[in-house]
Amino acid sequence: MAKQAEVVFVDGVRTPFGRAGEKGMYWNTRADDLVVKAMIGLIDRNPSIPKDRFDDVAIAATTQQGDQGLTIGRTAALLAGLPKSVPGFAIDRMCAGAMTSVTAIAGGIAFGAYDIGIAGGVEHMGRHPMGFGADPNPRFLSEKLVSGEALNMGNTAERIHDRFPHLTKERADRFALASQQKAFAAYENGKLQPDLVPVAIRSETGWGLATRDEALRPETTLEGLAALRTPFRPHGRVTAGNSSGLNDGATASIIASADAAREFGLKPKMRMVSFAFAGVEPEIMGIGPVPSTEKALRKAGLTINDIGLFELNEAFAIQVLSLLDHFGIDDDDPRVNQWGGAIAMGHPLASSGVRLMIQLAAQFAEHPEVRYGLTAMCVGLGQGGSVIWENPNYKGKK
Amino acid sequence: MTVTTETTTSESFTKIASLDPDEVMTYSFIRDIPISGGKTLALLTLDNGKDHTRPNTLGPKTLLEFARVLDEQKARAARGEIHGLAVTGKPFIFAAGADLSKVSELPDRETGKQMAQLGHWALGKLGELGVPSFTFINGLALGGGVEIPLNSDYRTIDSSVPALALPEVFLGIIPGWGGAWLLPNLIGIENALEVVISNPLKSNRMLKGPQAFELGIADAMFGPANFIENSIAWADGVINGTTKVKRPNEPGKIERAIKWDIAIGVAQKTLESRIGKVAQSPYRALELLKAAKNTDKRTGFAAEDEALADLISGDQFHASIYAFNLVQKRAKRPAGAPDKALARKVTKVGVIGAGLMARQFALLFVRRLQVPVVITDLDQGATDAGVAAIHKEIHDLLEKGRISPDESNRLTALVTGTTNKADFADCDWVIEAIYEELEAKQNVFAEVEKFISPEAVLATNTSSLSVEQIGAKLEHPERVVGFHFFNPVAVMPLIEVVKTPHTNDETLSTAMVTAASLRKNAVITKDTPGFVVNRILAKVLGEAMHAVDTGTPFEVVEESTRPFGLPMTPFELLELVGLKVGAHVLDTHHKAFPDRFFESTNLHRLAELGHIFERDSKGKAKGIDKAALKIVKGGTTPMTASELQVRIEDGLADEIHRMLEDNVVAAAEDIDLCLILGAGYPFQMGGATPYLDRVGASERAFGGTFHTPKIVGVN
Repeated sequence: MAKQAEVVFVDGVRTPFGRAGEKGMYWNTRADDLVVKAMIGLIDRNPSIPKDRFDDVAIAATTQQGDQGLTIGRTAALLAGLPKSVPGFAIDRMCAGAMTSVTAIAGGIAFGAYDIGIAGGVEHMGRHPMGFGADPNPRFLSEKLVSGEALNMGNTAERIHDRFPHLTKERADRFALASQQKAFAAYENGKLQPDLVPVAIRSETGWGLATRDEALRPETTLEGLAALRTPFRPHGRVTAGNSSGLNDGATASIIASADAAREFGLKPKMRMVSFAFAGVEPEIMGIGPVPSTEKALRKAGLTINDIGLFELNEAFAIQVLSLLDHFGIDDDDPRVNQWGGAIAMGHPLASSGVRLMIQLAAQFAEHPEVRYGLTAMCVGLGQGGSVIWENPNYKGKK
Repeated sequence: MTVTTETTTSESFTKIASLDPDEVMTYSFIRDIPISGGKTLALLTLDNGKDHTRPNTLGPKTLLEFARVLDEQKARAARGEIHGLAVTGKPFIFAAGADLSKVSELPDRETGKQMAQLGHWALGKLGELGVPSFTFINGLALGGGVEIPLNSDYRTIDSSVPALALPEVFLGIIPGWGGAWLLPNLIGIENALEVVISNPLKSNRMLKGPQAFELGIADAMFGPANFIENSIAWADGVINGTTKVKRPNEPGKIERAIKWDIAIGVAQKTLESRIGKVAQSPYRALELLKAAKNTDKRTGFAAEDEALADLISGDQFHASIYAFNLVQKRAKRPAGAPDKALARKVTKVGVIGAGLMARQFALLFVRRLQVPVVITDLDQGATDAGVAAIHKEIHDLLEKGRISPDESNRLTALVTGTTNKADFADCDWVIEAIYEELEAKQNVFAEVEKFISPEAVLATNTSSLSVEQIGAKLEHPERVVGFHFFNPVAVMPLIEVVKTPHTNDETLSTAMVTAASLRKNAVITKDTPGFVVNRILAKVLGEAMHAVDTGTPFEVVEESTRPFGLPMTPFELLELVGLKVGAHVLDTHHKAFPDRFFESTNLHRLAELGHIFERDSKGKAKGIDKAALKIVKGGTTPMTASELQVRIEDGLADEIHRMLEDNVVAAAEDIDLCLILGAGYPFQMGGATPYLDRVGASERAFGGTFHTPKIVGVN
């Protein structure tokens, strides 16, 4: 019988996130190369783990085709120089891909099937626009299972505004502005750089090096945000300014049993407490993290008041506000997204989950007074995902 | 002595820059890379905007732009805007050096010298930036593509670099953009001799990334997945003083005082015994390497300018470029080859015979085609012995780690023997390698024909019989083709594919495609005695034996062919192929062309004796054997070496001219290609015809030239 184990987050890194499209810095960089560079960076800085000890490699991608198809967990493991004896697989849960990679590896560890594994994700939205080449079943429409609008994430965000009229566009814009300002400050203070793996980028005019997220807009103002057009509805509320953009990027993390971490002399950055995924109406997918968080808290035997730090994926400002509002947390609560979020840094779909964890882990190290943290995100087609973590640096009462 | 000076500017090179209006530019792009401490590394990417099949090259305009960009960066460095500069290439390619096809079109020596000076001037700027310079060797690097890193202060290399080399000596020139002076001063004289002279003369051997690193050509090596990133981080460390660079191979005082001259002396002797003294470039390179011991950079570069100017404008370089293009281009698109689409798929191979040659064929076919190979001989015992020998060869490959256990099992299972020709029924390709007797060959083909499909190809490895005659007893002679290998089969790159008047296009195409699958270069020849290589060799060897027979001493005969710079003397060659075989080849050709080819009774008698040279216990020739001298005694009309030389040259020109008149091959180029690939004729001769043109033999023999204009230097 396999022995059940405690699961820890050992370490995580990511590439700088690029702006998708021909003008973006990764236009000439392959998706698989992005995640491979992240994995190599991660493996290189954890040299005490024998490479043949990785039990599995889970890499997520939403649009699994071309350079992010072909069972990318396996191909990336080979390309990253892991021994051929190390297996790998691909994961897809759209925006929560990397988060699901982590929970899949964690599940295997908890069950005792794995000691240690790599979990991450990649999305090159420039090369692989979301839903590209998809063939939705006609029954979705004929039986009205899901409205056509549900496939357009901007429309689903507008629906949250419809449902919660007190969550206004102005509040969303204010939240977006804060995200930009916090991300800029985090860069200024060197908070994010330690976990970035630089990427050599090719262009028609020579090699460069990506060392910073490309989509940051520290110059953003409220006036500027107010003036943006609302592409999803005339006189709507969702704009390019209060949403995450289309991005390219990759993340990777090492997830291990507490015993394995000890064996390899690793100091865990977080301990996994619980996780949950939940479904909601696809037409309003942005509220998905509310039920998933409630479920994860219930499984953990905690309440929202126990959570000292939040890393919430900012697919849309309104979607984060709806969660905060639900739990009675202020829009500008300092526990939330201390270093900004996806509105500023970008959201390369299936890679973002691990970015949340990287930032939460770094914040745990700075906050020994905090015991628990939450990483949560909404997922296309009406889902939410939440993982609750405990801070190993916690110095307070248990 | 003229050297580039501080007053040299891009204006100094306007003449050379205007020579090639169609130069494919490799651009120098600069992007700034932030490194630690708020500093900046300027990253210069060489990129011609084409994919990896068209490598970056360094033509005059490219070098002028490179120099201009480096000047700009020097100014930025002076302003404190950059703290280092690194050069790298486009994916898979760093740079393949100068475009030599253009270099061979330089109009005069002075322009050749400008080419050298331009390289020194442009690349030399890497040492004058005022900040450290780096090259990140990310891919293929040849010639000038190696001299850019050598002119830099530091180098990193990608462990997956497939080829790094200074091939200049192979092509009849010398590394003239700093390589000959910089390399020995970086990696020591012995390593430099290997890279500059030995490797080019070993069929242009190249270094892989790890070998180059091991020799000390690069200071650090990183894997390909994040080579640029790691190189930048390494450069960052050097610029910020956290990374110390060690160069264990850099020559020290003792090496300069003692080892250097000894190594040069050894290399000189080795060269003379291996290739003789005809080829100029290895010796010019040797002089430069020797002088690099205690000259300063400026003097060293000036010496390179002169040497490169001399060689670029000389005959040997022009012949070498001609030869290089034959091997690189013409060999890959054989003249007269039918459409590849006509080729039949070869899914099973039959080999008739189980002797030494047949075994080599079976092994080559099974390794390259990976299809069943069935061999047969007169009886079960001979057949079994053949199969066992092939299986052992496969096992040896496994033992040497050349193939995996799975591959060994696969190949072993594919090779079987039979004495029942019915087992050949589903062969698409049958090749015979039995003894050289017409009737025997006719009979085995006729026997096999009863079982195989009417389209299956029947190939013969005959070297002396008529291929058409061998197929004379067949119902379908259109499927017969000559497929003449050279020994040793695994090593020699040439196959003469012999087309009879009946051979159809499907058969010929199958032969050409099969040759390519065997990774051989095939040349199509007419079904005439000796085809190409043996006919030329028979001419030279017949003349050599005739001279001996008529009283010319062996040594004088050997002297007569030395100016060609051939890999061996006629008598060394005779011993290599076997005196019996040699005598047989002379007889065959004499029979075919009695008025132009000599037979030699003495050679038969020497064959009885078994050797010509007397050898020491290590097999080294000490001189002509006394018994051999006795055998050939009695000739009364000796020739001088120069008389015989002219006779051989004129005879060759005449014979090749006849071969072309008779359409034995499509063009003089194909003769040269055969001689280079099948007989090791040197690049500096261009095979044979450029040499025969330039020494006047063509003019004397048939009142013309093989090439118009002649392939000669511009002096």
